[in-house]
Amino acid sequence: MSGRTASGGRIDRTKPLRFTFDGKTYRGFAGDSLASGLLANGVHLVGRSFKYHRPRGILAAGSEEPNALVTVSRDAARVTPNLRATQVELYDGLTAISQNRWPSLRLDLGRVNDVLSPFFPAGFYYKTFMWPKKAWKSLYEPIIRRAAGLGEAPTLPDPDRYAQRYAHCDVLVVGSGPAGIAAALAAAQSGARVLLCDEQPEFGGSLLGDNAATIDGEPALAWVERSLATLRANPRVTLLHRTTAFGYFPHNLIGLNERLTEHLQQPAVGQPRERLWQVRAAAVVIAAGAIERPLVFPGNDRPGILLAGAGQTYLNRYGVRVGSRAVIVTAADGAYQTALDLHAAGVTIAAIADVRPTATGALPEAARRAGIEVIPASTVLGTDGNLRVSRISLGRLENGSVRATQKCNCDVVLMSGGFTPSVHLFSQSRGKLAWSDALKCFVPGQSAENERSAGACRGIYDLEDALADGWSAGAAAAPEPGPQHATRRFVVETAIRSNDAYLGTLPLAEAPPRAKSFVDWQHDVTTKDLALATREGFQSIEHVKRFTTTGMATDQGKTSNLNAMAIVAQKLDVALPKVGLTTFRMPYTPVTFGSFAGISRGDLFDPLRTTPTHEWAAAKGAVFENVGLWKRARYFPRNGEDMHAAVARECVAVRQGCGVFDASTLGKIEVVGADAAEFMNRLYINNWTNLGIGRSRYGILCRDDGFIYDDGVVARLAADRFHVTTTTGGAPRVLAMMEDYRQTEWPQLKVWLTSTTEQWAVIAVQGPNARKVLEPLVSGIDISAAAMPHMSVERGAICGIPMLLFRVSFTGELGFEVNVPADYGAAVWEAIHAAGQPHGMVEYGTESMHVLRAEKGYIIVGQDTDGTVTPDDAGLTWAIGKTKPDFVGKRSLQRPSMNAANRKQLVGLRTKSPDIVLEEGAQVAAKQGQTPPMELIGHVTSSYASSVLGYPIALALVAGGRAKLGQTLYVPMPGGDLEVEVTSPVFYDPTGARING
Amino acid sequence: MVEIARRAATALSTPWLKVLPPAVRLAFNGDATAQRAALAVWGTPFPEDACRSNVHSTHASLWLGPDEYLMLDFAREPDAGALLAALENALAHVPHALVDVSHRQFALEVSGPFATTILSGACPLDLDMAAFPVGMCTRTVFAKADIVLWRRGSDTFHIEVWRSFSGYVTGVLQEIAAEFYPGR
Repeated sequence: MSGRTASGGRIDRTKPLRFTFDGKTYRGFAGDSLASGLLANGVHLVGRSFKYHRPRGILAAGSEEPNALVTVSRDAARVTPNLRATQVELYDGLTAISQNRWPSLRLDLGRVNDVLSPFFPAGFYYKTFMWPKKAWKSLYEPIIRRAAGLGEAPTLPDPDRYAQRYAHCDVLVVGSGPAGIAAALAAAQSGARVLLCDEQPEFGGSLLGDNAATIDGEPALAWVERSLATLRANPRVTLLHRTTAFGYFPHNLIGLNERLTEHLQQPAVGQPRERLWQVRAAAVVIAAGAIERPLVFPGNDRPGILLAGAGQTYLNRYGVRVGSRAVIVTAADGAYQTALDLHAAGVTIAAIADVRPTATGALPEAARRAGIEVIPASTVLGTDGNLRVSRISLGRLENGSVRATQKCNCDVVLMSGGFTPSVHLFSQSRGKLAWSDALKCFVPGQSAENERSAGACRGIYDLEDALADGWSAGAAAAPEPGPQHATRRFVVETAIRSNDAYLGTLPLAEAPPRAKSFVDWQHDVTTKDLALATREGFQSIEHVKRFTTTGMATDQGKTSNLNAMAIVAQKLDVALPKVGLTTFRMPYTPVTFGSFAGISRGDLFDPLRTTPTHEWAAAKGAVFENVGLWKRARYFPRNGEDMHAAVARECVAVRQGCGVFDASTLGKIEVVGADAAEFMNRLYINNWTNLGIGRSRYGILCRDDGFIYDDGVVARLAADRFHVTTTTGGAPRVLAMMEDYRQTEWPQLKVWLTSTTEQWAVIAVQGPNARKVLEPLVSGIDISAAAMPHMSVERGAICGIPMLLFRVSFTGELGFEVNVPADYGAAVWEAIHAAGQPHGMVEYGTESMHVLRAEKGYIIVGQDTDGTVTPDDAGLTWAIGKTKPDFVGKRSLQRPSMNAANRKQLVGLRTKSPDIVLEEGAQVAAKQGQTPPMELIGHVTSSYASSVLGYPIALALVAGGRAKLGQTLYVPMPGGDLEVEVTSPVFYDPTGARING
Repeated sequence: MVEIARRAATALSTPWLKVLPPAVRLAFNGDATAQRAALAVWGTPFPEDACRSNVHSTHASLWLGPDEYLMLDFAREPDAGALLAALENALAHVPHALVDVSHRQFALEVSGPFATTILSGACPLDLDMAAFPVGMCTRTVFAKADIVLWRRGSDTFHIEVWRSFSGYVTGVLQEIAAEFYPGR
């Protein structure tokens, strides 16, 4: 049976196309939605419900659709589940399948749930799966997880591009129905920057399905066209269709999701699939319209039962008759226009069953004049039909009781309970909703942002009033100077409608019916479930919602929330607003992960920072590790070495000859100004006033709680200039802390901070041969032991390039750090490396650096400290400038508990068994053979095999550790306790002779 | 003696995106007195207004914060050492800070009819000419990187970015621009 009309609608009949649904091919036209294309082919059955697997048809024509969730796929990687068929635009070759059914849509074995439904009412999960407890993990959870969820996500990487854009405007108008277009016109006339968005492919909103109204003397759609032409001609106006305003964030930041290629048969190369807009709007006009409210009656979920407005939209916009013999059930006037339009298109209107006691007014009269039977005081007692409605049982409400009257054959039922304003975005903006007794719905009340609602989304349904309301809102939202016309009346000709609406269950005959009356189609919540919730004692809608899951599906209860609240209110015998209101959350309709991720995937997920020697290291086969955002060479394997072998070789080479290491990632901050020394004195624990120019010192920075925050070598380049180095990961936070103190605590100090981390390439040359390697390359400096002792710093040149040379060591060997301007880093590195070859130079990475420093007991902040370690705990009391009146953390360090003898202190550990390397993070115990709960006194912070020493070494924080030197402690492991001896943390060259070599 | 070549962090050139040649960059902090003293050597006034720039010949002074400026010298063979020495001499008795950051960062130029659209793909600022006129400059973010954005013309922007973020920033720019310059 074809439902397609001979003419009319906004489809392009010159562009026929084919599409498949569940493998069967159908014909449609350009301009069709998947839903209209299926309905044109007489297909109502499109899915199975979530819990009971009941056959379901298309209920609506817009984004509120709860039933018709489908999976659309282009190829194996481009599979999108849970799309609303009403929003899927047809293109030639579109492939869609239904969901939640097995083995097929027509024969779904899950239907057994419907028959067994008395055994799992609302709250079933919470009660049933409590016992036996063991069965949860092995049995219940896997079964529930398989049953839960709809559709299947693709497993291949998403091959498409997702774009994002920031935008700014004076007025953002959400929704392009009559109120939205009027608002955009009004705002644009004043020269404001306007952005108008609409979730649909075409602008016009409700007018797209309205063939009857005229505006300012022309058909409504002609007015839409003319208005859009005006807006398009204005360069200050941006029009975005297929764009959903899905979230309202603080300070008028609105999230928009624009779908760019979903409707195209063959998207262009490079074209993004979606675009996420983040719009900062000075003012927002919400013109989101209203959603028709379904009626709640037994068997109201059969395929073929639609919202009345949807039936009208399918006819007028898509040229599709949703059936041949219709029964209209309504509590509002709007459905009469649907009846009249369908009647004119040749559909038999078997009856209009009006729930209201009397049916009067222009539209009911027009229906009667057209020869349509109008039955007031009606109710619905049930429906028949397996995969499609075939009959409806009507009743009559007389003197408070219901009497069955007639059974009416039909192939479609169109229902209307009036309208529910879409207050989602308003509510997301933290605006307060107000209950309207007259309209039986919530409408926007007090605004929290610079935002206005206009038209049907605030209960103004009449077309003429909505246009005027939209204009006023748009004009008021425009910035100063205001528009020429603050208000405007539009001349509208359309049938007058009442604002009637219906809430809750339709009147029933005495006995409760066996058939389910659905309130929430998508989550299969019925009136019985809500009644059970109230019997269980739930009184707040927030609790009822969680118990029954009403309104918690992906449609967020767009069609169900008010009916659910009304039913709960009636059961509890309270006024509806007393039941409370559920929270509207973003997104308004689901948004893809791709849209949120945008460019942040693969190599662009995070900045990937590399040093000037990166290419050289990569060419050498370096294995890199992530340190913060940096990629650092971890080790340089030769001839298939693993890390252990490479590190063992690199360490020995450094101690016996020399090594070269890229330290460019170290944070560097230039502290400059007349008060630079005073600033450093107040901030770091060390004394800086007595540091000579051309000298450097190991500095420690504490937080004001006295715990170590960062460390690094600080050099004094001039009386008023310090070169501060920080840890690689700590650079940004140290600079931020310095700026914080500089600007807020000591603004009177003449000192300024500049990050120079990336100005310098830093090449560490370490080992007994370091001087021999550098001497021929360096000019302008005498780098002999006498002229340039440990911890001195000089300016000079290397290979003719200006250089800042540090005599400094993080290995315990004779060492230099060559600082050259970063553009020269790679070339200078290569020159040093070449010059070092005759002296046994190796390139080494961060792993060897870690081992070499641990052999010397040098800490790494963040590895050997964890934010609870004081300088004394780390054995660094010597660094504190004790004569200083104050420094950050000083007062905390004077508290008795900070100096208690049993604080965890840094010590070395040696395993009694020479082939066991302790695990970092392993616990340390004083007593052997404990069982949980054990008494633990510390933990291992660093642990390595030392190729230089020939045995494993570890650093640990142990309570009262320094008093335990020589004692035996135990490291409990799954295989038993490991015996360790407490040692000094300095394992190698304890006298420091080599460093001064 | 080995030949030491200067190697820029990144090299690319497209009709809408190019890496600008090396320049001398100085981070300068100082109040009005310091600014007057420096001006005698530098010659390009330091803007009083926030987020504004002055350009004179090959020199540019960019306001980055209160009493904080970025000095750029685009001369073909700029001599950072000589310039620094002259400035330090002029500023000898005035509180100030002057730090050479020539190698810390480099400059990109984004231009063409899609310049603002491409930048709006990852920069949250309003780049309308009324809100961000020619000559305006500011620290901001581009995706997850810090940049200084400086408008040189209605369709021409100068970006200062730290060298290690070069691959990321150019990668993000090219990813965004693929929509407008397909096949590149």
